[in-house]
Amino acid sequence: MLGYILRRLLYAMPVLIGVNLITFLLFFSVNTPDDMARSQLGAKYVTQNAIEHWKQQHGYDKPLFFNQESVGTGKITETLFYTKSVSMFAFHFGRSDGGRNIGHDIVQRMWPSLALAAPVLLLGLLTNIILAIVIVFFRGSYLETGGLILCIILMSISSLFYIIFGQYFIGRVMQLTPISGFSGGWHGIKFLILPVVIGVIGGIGTGIRWYRTLFLEEINKDYVRTARAKGLSQMRVLFVHVLKNAMIPILTGVVVIIPSLFLGSLIMESFFGIPGLGSYTIDAIRTQDFAIVRSMVFLGAVLYIAGLILTDISYTFVDPRVRLK
Amino acid sequence: MLGKWYGFILLLLILLAGCDDKPLNHPYPSENDETRVFYSHFTGRPKTLDPARSYSVDEALFTGQIYEPPLQYHYLKRPYLLTPLTAARMPVITYLNAKGDPLPKDADETQIAYSMYEITLQPGIQYQPHPGFAKDHQGQYRYHTLSKKEAATQQALVDFDETDSRELTADDYVYQIKRLAHPATQSPIFGFMENHIIGFTEYQQLLQQAYEENTNHFFDLRKYDFPGVEVVDRYTYRIYLKGKYPQFIYWLAMHFFAPIPWEVDYFYSQSGMEQHNLGFDWYPVGTGPYLLSENNPNRRMTLQKNPNFRGEYYPQEGELEDESKGLLTLSGTLLPIVDKFVFTLEREAIPRWNKFLQGYYDQSGIATDSFDEAIQIDALGKPELTSSIAEKSITLKTSIDPSVYYLGFNMLDPVVGGASERARKLRLAIAVALDFEEYISIFLNGRAVVANGLVPPGVFGYRSGKGGMNQKIYEFKNNKIKRRSLAYAKRLLLEAGYANGIDPKTQQPLILNYDAIGGAQANERAQFNWMRKQFAKLGIELYVKSTHYNRFREKIRTGNSQIYMWGWSADYPDPENFLFLLYGPNGKVSHGGENTSNYHNAEFDSLFKKMKGMDNTSERQVIIDKMREIIQGDSPLVFAYHPKSFTLYHQWVSPRKFSGIINNGLKYVDIDMEKRQSQRKQWNQSNFWPLLFLLGIFVAVLIPVVYRFWRKEHFPMDRID
Repeated sequence: MLGYILRRLLYAMPVLIGVNLITFLLFFSVNTPDDMARSQLGAKYVTQNAIEHWKQQHGYDKPLFFNQESVGTGKITETLFYTKSVSMFAFHFGRSDGGRNIGHDIVQRMWPSLALAAPVLLLGLLTNIILAIVIVFFRGSYLETGGLILCIILMSISSLFYIIFGQYFIGRVMQLTPISGFSGGWHGIKFLILPVVIGVIGGIGTGIRWYRTLFLEEINKDYVRTARAKGLSQMRVLFVHVLKNAMIPILTGVVVIIPSLFLGSLIMESFFGIPGLGSYTIDAIRTQDFAIVRSMVFLGAVLYIAGLILTDISYTFVDPRVRLK
Repeated sequence: MLGKWYGFILLLLILLAGCDDKPLNHPYPSENDETRVFYSHFTGRPKTLDPARSYSVDEALFTGQIYEPPLQYHYLKRPYLLTPLTAARMPVITYLNAKGDPLPKDADETQIAYSMYEITLQPGIQYQPHPGFAKDHQGQYRYHTLSKKEAATQQALVDFDETDSRELTADDYVYQIKRLAHPATQSPIFGFMENHIIGFTEYQQLLQQAYEENTNHFFDLRKYDFPGVEVVDRYTYRIYLKGKYPQFIYWLAMHFFAPIPWEVDYFYSQSGMEQHNLGFDWYPVGTGPYLLSENNPNRRMTLQKNPNFRGEYYPQEGELEDESKGLLTLSGTLLPIVDKFVFTLEREAIPRWNKFLQGYYDQSGIATDSFDEAIQIDALGKPELTSSIAEKSITLKTSIDPSVYYLGFNMLDPVVGGASERARKLRLAIAVALDFEEYISIFLNGRAVVANGLVPPGVFGYRSGKGGMNQKIYEFKNNKIKRRSLAYAKRLLLEAGYANGIDPKTQQPLILNYDAIGGAQANERAQFNWMRKQFAKLGIELYVKSTHYNRFREKIRTGNSQIYMWGWSADYPDPENFLFLLYGPNGKVSHGGENTSNYHNAEFDSLFKKMKGMDNTSERQVIIDKMREIIQGDSPLVFAYHPKSFTLYHQWVSPRKFSGIINNGLKYVDIDMEKRQSQRKQWNQSNFWPLLFLLGIFVAVLIPVVYRFWRKEHFPMDRID
């Protein structure tokens, strides 16, 4: 298995270089280093001299991919792409264009993101699986039809609506939870209740329909008939046997997103004032802070690859037939 | 089974989280009754709080309370009046000739080679406590020789056990002026100030070279002097300017000219500090009424009373109506009044507004989404609070911002630019047709006043009513100022050679290009459509070229635009800071200045040069009137509007006077804690009925489900499949 993991990690390198390359191309196709300097220096009294100084200080005074004026390997190494990319592979994100230490900010902000994303994932998973099994249990009945119509209605509603309505109804009309905010420790729970409830409800429609499909595939298999013939109750068959056998596709969907939980949710964090990495990324895009944008894209790619590797590993635990070589 | 547990856990968490006497939705867990705290919000992470680099209104909210330049604006008096802050008296300004000999105050400007500003400070002013000042028993700085490992363990300033302070001296002000030229500081005003402060350009070159050769972690600016600044004694320093620049005195009320102690600069320069964002960008140090006790720009910023603040008193006098508005009730009170200001990061307008209505923010602006809920316009067009908001005894304050927005014509453009009569009349026809009253009503909810020139109300040089009316666009009929008719605009267009908007060269409707930012939002698209409609009234076809901000700025910078919308917010309340937007030598394309329309008129330029050095006298007003007439006639810009700020605050907040110029106003604020607490309790009683109703629906749905389940488990023959 170790060999397999190492091989996957090696495969990840060109992927990460590619992601970085695309980020560079996309960012610099709409922003020049001069634009970045102007954006950081403000709108008033900015002179070309000040722009040149800023670029020099922040290392944006080099060519993007190829330095014709350099000699030897310097043609490649003395470029913006090389100098800004290499340190990231050692997870040294450096300083943002605004001057803050990105690594420090990421470490500080990943926990609030996780505090929101982890309960949404766990409670959402639990709720969706239970409700999907209940719907499968009542397959063919009006309860299934009603449940599926409700799922489609829930899927059709924009996530923004859930947030605004939730804040209005639970926060302003019922006044049960703070409308937004965040706090560390146990006090933080009351700030998380509303976004977690909204996150779970917002995902119910899609979740139930997906898990229902997985369970329906299993329900007609021979082992289910055998279990029923041996006298097991339907609920036991569904919750023990069918659920266990449907774990592979469930794990595929779940494990792959576990590392990305640190990256947070862009909209939820913004509306609920949660100081996570989602709002960090949004802020960076708004302020054209390229150093943060590329760090977050890179981190996102790393975590996604980590998620895929974890998914492969998790298969070996739920299905003894799977061997990683 | 699991579903039952999930509900139980959720209920338990709700109960646990609400285990105190505060309302369930109370968002401040650590609030206590003893501390006088004012709650507000900020909408975006500040970029920097370094007084040499910060240049945004959002950041001034913090820097204004911490840093103290030598001067400040009087809180109540208008027109704005400069008064000493840390200075013992107003600066003594001496004009010098080329030989350095003093000249009389009324000397001719051509004789003045230099201006000398001598500033004397009040003795005994202390800095806020800071570890950078702390010394050990031997008198050595306690934290100036930290090893990398020691520095790495300190995550924030509170992790340093010892702090100290010291007296403010003239050296600190000079040190900060030197920082403005430091190549690593990258102060946004250096480019502007090098035109005014003697030897500033050469000083930066000197520093650049020395900085590159410097091998120490600390680059000691005290070793490098230049002729533009001079320390006279412990409390007195001088600044030398090229020629006469009377507006420089306003800069002395801005944080760029606040003091910086070298000890703290040294402290922050140590290895490992940067790693934890320990620097002036995030940990300011000043002598002001407040210090930044919590700096988490990702979540919350807290200003706390500076224990070393020298004390200052609420002003005894203001404008005539200030007494009746309750603005003088706190006269003579020792400042600052509030113990703490807590600013929470709140990006979105909806939660911000809802929390204000619940009493959890003491003050709020009004977002477009909430405008109709908060404000109604009466028969006279005056904004007033809606009944639901007035019921809460909320106060509305409006103030006109020291800003101007305009539609600009690129004067280098062959069609709309230039001084020809054809182009001038075309511009005037467009100016008449553009109905900015309608624009303000549709897109700004009436939150602006139409502009007749560059200078906004509240700044010397502004003329209201008939006197300030733009006679090229408006007419005075039946005692009312009215926009001229569309027929008049069409006549101008005809005289320009574009009868009914037809271009004689192509015999097709004249096509003009409008450069704009954005276009993705529905509101922006509506604005573009409105703009097209205004030009279509004249038969002109308008092409909207929407782009992103950077590209837009590039087009303006290189003169590749034809028509565009732009604005300017004042640095200081002087007409010079507005009229320079049309001063020829400030042309964007030729000189990289702020004259974005690249307008050039010799008479205007000559009047500008004369006006900028004058005191606010009637003679100056006459010159400004003349300048306004010139630009109204040439119409290089269509003056659109001066925005108006609407601020709401709760009944427990003391009356406030808002201003877009004064940044250090928090020290004058007071709050009634008891009133706030009782109102919050009254307004935030949890309402469980909707929850019970939803639970009822849930049970009603659950009953047939359970019944079906029971049937299926016990009577499997009923199965449909």
